[in-house]
Amino acid sequence: MLNEYLQVLKSEWLIIAIIFILLFIKVGSKEWKNETLLYTINFLLLFNLIAGFFYNLPGSLFNGMYFSNDLIFLQKDILNLGMYLVSLIAYPWLKEHKHLLEFYILLLSTLLGMFFMISSGNLLIFYLGLELSTIPLAALANFDLEKRKSSEAAFKMIISSAFSSALMLFGISLLYGVTGTLFFSEIAALIHGGPMEIFIFILILGGFSFKMSVVPFHLWTADVYEGAPVVVTAYLSVISKSAILFVFMTVMFTVFRNLEPQWYFMIFLLSVLTILIGNLFAIRQNNMKRFLAFSSIAQVGFVLLGLSGVSKMGMTSVIYFLLIYLFSNLAAFGVVALVSATTGKENVDDFKGFYKTNPFLSWVLAIALFSLAGVPPTAGFFGKFFLIMSGAERGNYVWIIFAALNMIISFYYYLRIVKAIFMDQNENPIQKIIVPALPRLAMVICLLGIISTGFLSWIYDAIYNLCNF
Amino acid sequence: MNLTLFLLFPLFTALAILFAQNLKQIRSIALAGALLQLVLAVKLLLTYNAERASGNKSQMLFEYIQDWFAPLHLQYHIGVDGISIAMILLTSFIVVAGILVSWSMETLSKEFFFLLILLSLGAYGFFISLDIFTMFFFLEVAVIPKFLLIGIWGSGKKEYSAMKLALMLMGGSALIMVGIFGIYFSSHTSTGAHTFDLLLLSKMNIPIEIQKMFFPFAFIGFGIFTAIFPFHTWVPDGHASAPTAASMFLAGISMKLGGYGCLRVATFLMPDAAHAYSWVIILLATIAIIYGAFATMMQTDLKYINAYSSVSHCGFVLLGIGMLTQTSITGAVMQMVSHGLMTALFFAAIGMIYSRTHTRMVAQLGGLLKIMPFISTVFVIAGLSSLGLPGFSGFVSEMTIFMGSWQNTDQLYRLATILACASIVVTAVYILRAAGKTIMGPITNSHYEHLSDASWNEKMAALVLISGIIIVGMAPFLLINLIQPGTEIIINKLGVAINH
Repeated sequence: MLNEYLQVLKSEWLIIAIIFILLFIKVGSKEWKNETLLYTINFLLLFNLIAGFFYNLPGSLFNGMYFSNDLIFLQKDILNLGMYLVSLIAYPWLKEHKHLLEFYILLLSTLLGMFFMISSGNLLIFYLGLELSTIPLAALANFDLEKRKSSEAAFKMIISSAFSSALMLFGISLLYGVTGTLFFSEIAALIHGGPMEIFIFILILGGFSFKMSVVPFHLWTADVYEGAPVVVTAYLSVISKSAILFVFMTVMFTVFRNLEPQWYFMIFLLSVLTILIGNLFAIRQNNMKRFLAFSSIAQVGFVLLGLSGVSKMGMTSVIYFLLIYLFSNLAAFGVVALVSATTGKENVDDFKGFYKTNPFLSWVLAIALFSLAGVPPTAGFFGKFFLIMSGAERGNYVWIIFAALNMIISFYYYLRIVKAIFMDQNENPIQKIIVPALPRLAMVICLLGIISTGFLSWIYDAIYNLCNF
Repeated sequence: MNLTLFLLFPLFTALAILFAQNLKQIRSIALAGALLQLVLAVKLLLTYNAERASGNKSQMLFEYIQDWFAPLHLQYHIGVDGISIAMILLTSFIVVAGILVSWSMETLSKEFFFLLILLSLGAYGFFISLDIFTMFFFLEVAVIPKFLLIGIWGSGKKEYSAMKLALMLMGGSALIMVGIFGIYFSSHTSTGAHTFDLLLLSKMNIPIEIQKMFFPFAFIGFGIFTAIFPFHTWVPDGHASAPTAASMFLAGISMKLGGYGCLRVATFLMPDAAHAYSWVIILLATIAIIYGAFATMMQTDLKYINAYSSVSHCGFVLLGIGMLTQTSITGAVMQMVSHGLMTALFFAAIGMIYSRTHTRMVAQLGGLLKIMPFISTVFVIAGLSSLGLPGFSGFVSEMTIFMGSWQNTDQLYRLATILACASIVVTAVYILRAAGKTIMGPITNSHYEHLSDASWNEKMAALVLISGIIIVGMAPFLLINLIQPGTEIIINKLGVAINH
């Protein structure tokens, strides 16, 4: 029995163990040097990542409040991978930071919250996980302690999160009122499509949309992404979004399955709007962080498009895409984080002529941007192609044409950066940056992921077999 | 004959280039790789002819299938027929010539040759694919190398041209994507699954309403790659701003990707819609031919002259496809090969002149025949082939298209044919004028008198292309016999379509 608790909750136990190790280091008397600390923590996270693949036991605990199956383990593995890569690219920034341990403790707490959220079988645990993943993030957004923009970002984030949580709670409480139970599996059977249920759905969708930065709930994204430290932005845009999308998919396809005729078109419309607005705003951005923020809004739009084709293919495409998006976005953020930590420059104009001084970083950034744009042979092509294909399955070709044509706009703003790096002249390009070992490792992993994932089709097949529909 | 070699050879060449140290090593590796490809292409031709002679009548030869994304029934399916082989040969000729012409590329040479080889990999992959997903994949592989080649090594307003080219080609890809999704989701194999496989799809009957809905997307999408009017605007700036080898590749091979796609995907799989929309295709093609020809007359920059004339000549390809007779489609494929060789030759000659005189403006050039006889001769040959002089490939391909077009008795089609024929006069005007002014006459700039003639690599490049032009021009039956069985299958499918 104890064995079961240990194994089913294995991923969570590992994170908790790491948090406690960090706490002990914090309150211990011995002063650790930042570099040693960072290497240790990264080693622990690597161990966590690898251990996530073995000894997984599907099961359900606490009367069904927590449950786990192979698909959920895969999703947690993806989040662990993202966590490890974020930690690697944080190295140059954290090396000089005074509050290194607090950073990791907060970050790991959000990861723990995400794990509980993904594994939830009950609205209560779901909400608990949601809050646990959000509140430390607001503190993390403030981690550039000297900058005022950082505090502003954190403030905006906590207000928006609180508002979205309030919407979600309203929906959850009404749901309990209507169905009389908090358990997902029981609720699914009790929903029949009445007006009250649609209202509940809209409230919960509103709450989710905040977290996913779906239009029209996206307004907080750009300011928070710009003000927060680059690493936190990377974490927010990749891992936080992926976790929310995983849960959103589960909630849509299990709890609100019976409402599908009503919400199908809603999601479709939202996705198209998100793609359009994300693209239009991204064209005008000059700050790399804001630019990547808006581009990530557009990417989420594509994910929703894939979601809207409610099918096994759609679910697989979403998970496959999020893995690829993780590699692409973290590679791009890795370069931006390194440049920001060493030189403090964050504008697109500063990147002009980058290729002359930093060829390796230029190619990493360029390949990451190509993958985000969806150009073969990078994996981003396959991700986007499958998402649009899943959306096209239902036959709403007018909107599919619209989404496909939006790829031209996104192509433009990604190529604008490539143009600045490779083609524009600059008297003061960013000086040669020596890439430390850990970020280099992260970039190499991401590059390998981008280049090979499209051709390793067994990944897609494996995900396909895990999705039950 | 393992067709995947056509992908592996360029891939290994490209990877080997990454490890080379200096320009000499880089270009030697690139040339060696390209020559190997040429040998492989010729070997493919000979093996193919031997197979056909021994009675192998299957539609595609040397097929190889492997599941790529099995749950979605996406496969890596390759195979060739006569049309593909013609295009593969064209590609190999132009890549060799392009590398020879770029022999002295000093700036960032490693990246330059790497991107060129990557472009050729995309083209080869496109021509050997028999699964639409694989075709689309290779089509898009080529877009980024084009963007980088024009934007980094180009001249003039290169960033603008590169961006315009990339965005418009992406627009074409987006339209193609919608078209092929339509085909995919309306296909039902024996197991009830959807498929992207060309051969399977050609045996299915896609409902006419669906064909009519998605044919425009697929055709116009591929057409953008072939500079269909009114989406041809990326061609003049793109070709003119590109470095010589990239222009040769763009005009010679890249624009043929579109024509091939129009034929194999749009027309072959959706023949009913092809019949229904043929008047639109012919209208747009005729406009492209005439407008392209007249626009060329106005140009003062040699590269823009060639670029607009490419729009006009690729209009012939679309005209041939639109007419939907066996002769006209054969002519369209021949025109793809012929125009590819000829425009690559023309761009090579212009590039050689530009690298010596540093100007492309016709008004500033003159009397080059006295200074650079070899290059001038190459220039004249390219020009004469362009205006359809018998003996060169331009004549046979245009003749075939006109004969095939005339077989349609409908008044509109006859009118289009007459107009297209008449445009040859306009072609003659601008070619003879450009050649006359630049090559003949007095030497306009005394600085030119000290310029050197072609170096060995440029002579080799020109000879490779000229040999291709003369072979097709003097012995067209070789090419026609190669292409004919492939076009016959397309025509049979179209014939079935007319009857029901």
